[in-house]
Amino acid sequence: MDGGEALIRARGLVKRFGEFTAVDGIDVEVRKGEAFGFLGPNGAGKSSTMRMIGCVSAPTGGELAILGMDPLRQGPAIRARLGVCPQEDNLDIELTARENLTTYARYFGIPRATARRRADQLLEFVQLADRAGSKVDQLSGGMRRRLTIARSLVNEPDIVLLDEPTTGLDPQARHLVWERLFRLKRQGTTLVLTTHYMDEAEQLCDRLVVMDGGRIAAEGSPRELIEQHATREVVELRFGVTALEPFADKLAGIGERLELLPDRILLYADDGDAAAAEVYARNLSPSGVLVRRASLEDVFLHLTGRTLVETG
Amino acid sequence: MIMVTTAVARVLAGDELRARRAAAVTERNLVAFRTGGTYWWLVVSGFAEPLLYLLAIGWGVGALVGDMELPDGRVVPYLTFLAPALLAAAAMNGAIAESTMNFFAKMKFAKLYDSVLNTPVTPVEIAFGELGWAMLRGAMYTGAFLVVMVVLDVTSPVRALAAFPAALLVGFAFGALGMAFATLMRSWQDFDYVGIVQFAVFLFSGTFVPVASYPVAMQVLVQVSPLYHGVELIRSITTGTVGWGHLWHLAYLLAAVVLGLAVAARRMARLLLG
Ligand SMILES: Nc1ncnc2c1ncn2[C@@H]1O[C@H](COP(=O)(O)OP(=O)(O)OP(=O)(O)O)[C@@H](O)[C@H]1O
Ligand SMILES: [Mg+2]
Repeated sequence: MDGGEALIRARGLVKRFGEFTAVDGIDVEVRKGEAFGFLGPNGAGKSSTMRMIGCVSAPTGGELAILGMDPLRQGPAIRARLGVCPQEDNLDIELTARENLTTYARYFGIPRATARRRADQLLEFVQLADRAGSKVDQLSGGMRRRLTIARSLVNEPDIVLLDEPTTGLDPQARHLVWERLFRLKRQGTTLVLTTHYMDEAEQLCDRLVVMDGGRIAAEGSPRELIEQHATREVVELRFGVTALEPFADKLAGIGERLELLPDRILLYADDGDAAAAEVYARNLSPSGVLVRRASLEDVFLHLTGRTLVETG
Repeated sequence: MIMVTTAVARVLAGDELRARRAAAVTERNLVAFRTGGTYWWLVVSGFAEPLLYLLAIGWGVGALVGDMELPDGRVVPYLTFLAPALLAAAAMNGAIAESTMNFFAKMKFAKLYDSVLNTPVTPVEIAFGELGWAMLRGAMYTGAFLVVMVVLDVTSPVRALAAFPAALLVGFAFGALGMAFATLMRSWQDFDYVGIVQFAVFLFSGTFVPVASYPVAMQVLVQVSPLYHGVELIRSITTGTVGWGHLWHLAYLLAAVVLGLAVAARRMARLLLG
């Protein structure tokens, strides 16, 4: 109960599919009660890692201990204490929303009466009480997602694994999910989640790792990562043309660093307004200027040279 | 001594836990079945199908074939000879339908087991649970069939009662084999092969004529067919000709159950726990 206890400990964890290495020797430690995030682009190896932690995919190499147990030998005992919300909803399409929760509870050996009570509470929790009797195919995508999250909580897990919990949700539903996850965290549940959304990571995670190509590129709290890998502010410059290299040369020396994207140039500077003024002073007339605080997006860009969410 | 007892107790406790988890998989099907609302139709068709079979083939063809001689020398109407074989075939068909098509759909398309495997439930327990469900359905059909047989005076109530578990075992064997096969299938096309094999097995398992009337090569080959063993076992019970030799049929069917379950569980672990 000292808050420093590691519930998940991975050392040099590797997952290979044939020749291909999806997870390439990562070290991760998740402590009791924290919200831990895996942030990374498509194919980074987030889901592969989550499946290994969820004891439904055997590691190819390295060490992994969950709740102090060995996933290979004590899978059922570990899974009994995990809640899993996979990337793709795999609800039981033949059942109603409520039955999805009650039957799932039965897989954990939860008595029927308890299962029914929890199902009703959880439907309330994710604001689906009025859809309790609906079959899964009558629910919208966002409702299904919330039901999947509710299902992951039916065994009152010690650790909840959420693989992209809010992908595909509208802003309102996203905020509802965030708020609910916050509540869980306050109750002492350990959360492990993956996301491509910077704001999600910043909102929810105490600590996170940035993953890319199966490796961990950086680790820390959202604040720490921004401090270490980005400046305080960022100036986004657009010039209304596609050939941005000439501008980049002329911008050299402004701020600490400069990043060239297909549609804009990012200037990293601790004082964004001063940097923007300098741009104008050099007689460059950008068509758009935006000064903003640096975010995890910038951290990611800096670490991997790529944007996290494709910009069109 | 105490160590041995606690070890045994632990194993038994583990088994009880496993049985409970398998039961939860069976239970899920019951819930889906109830929600699906096709309950009555199933009961009605459960009675109608065997009745139609028995009337059409048994009486129609039976009138042409005349009486049959049993291994013990007794001469009985053709229907008495045929009915237990049709019962075995019905148990086979029901089990195969559930364990191939339905199981494959749940595994590949509904992705049902992906979510189940995130709980303490293991592949073996899923296989057992699904078979349990196939058996529940099978029990309904088999029970209905036996009632019809008693009503038509093809067998006695006591013999029908004794034949019930034997028919369930036939279903269990085909359910396990069908499930193993489903885990090996890549697409729906492969099910056509199941249909062909199933039909051949139905025709050539001593179903319609005694195996003794087959050519010698066929008599050897038929030993492979689990249905043959089911037919022989059930027929011996409903006609009251059971002997020690029938233990061989029982053993064969039990072996089919074990083999089917073992293959199904291994393949499922490979497919779903990548
Ligand atoms: N079962 C599998 N067989 C072969 N390759 C796989 C398998 N699962 C994942 N991969 C590969 O491993 C890599 C990592 O996949 P993974 O699903 O872990 O990425 P991810 O970070 O979750 O991506 P996304 O954000 O798109 O969900 C990908 O290149 C993927 O193609
Ligand atoms: Mg993923």
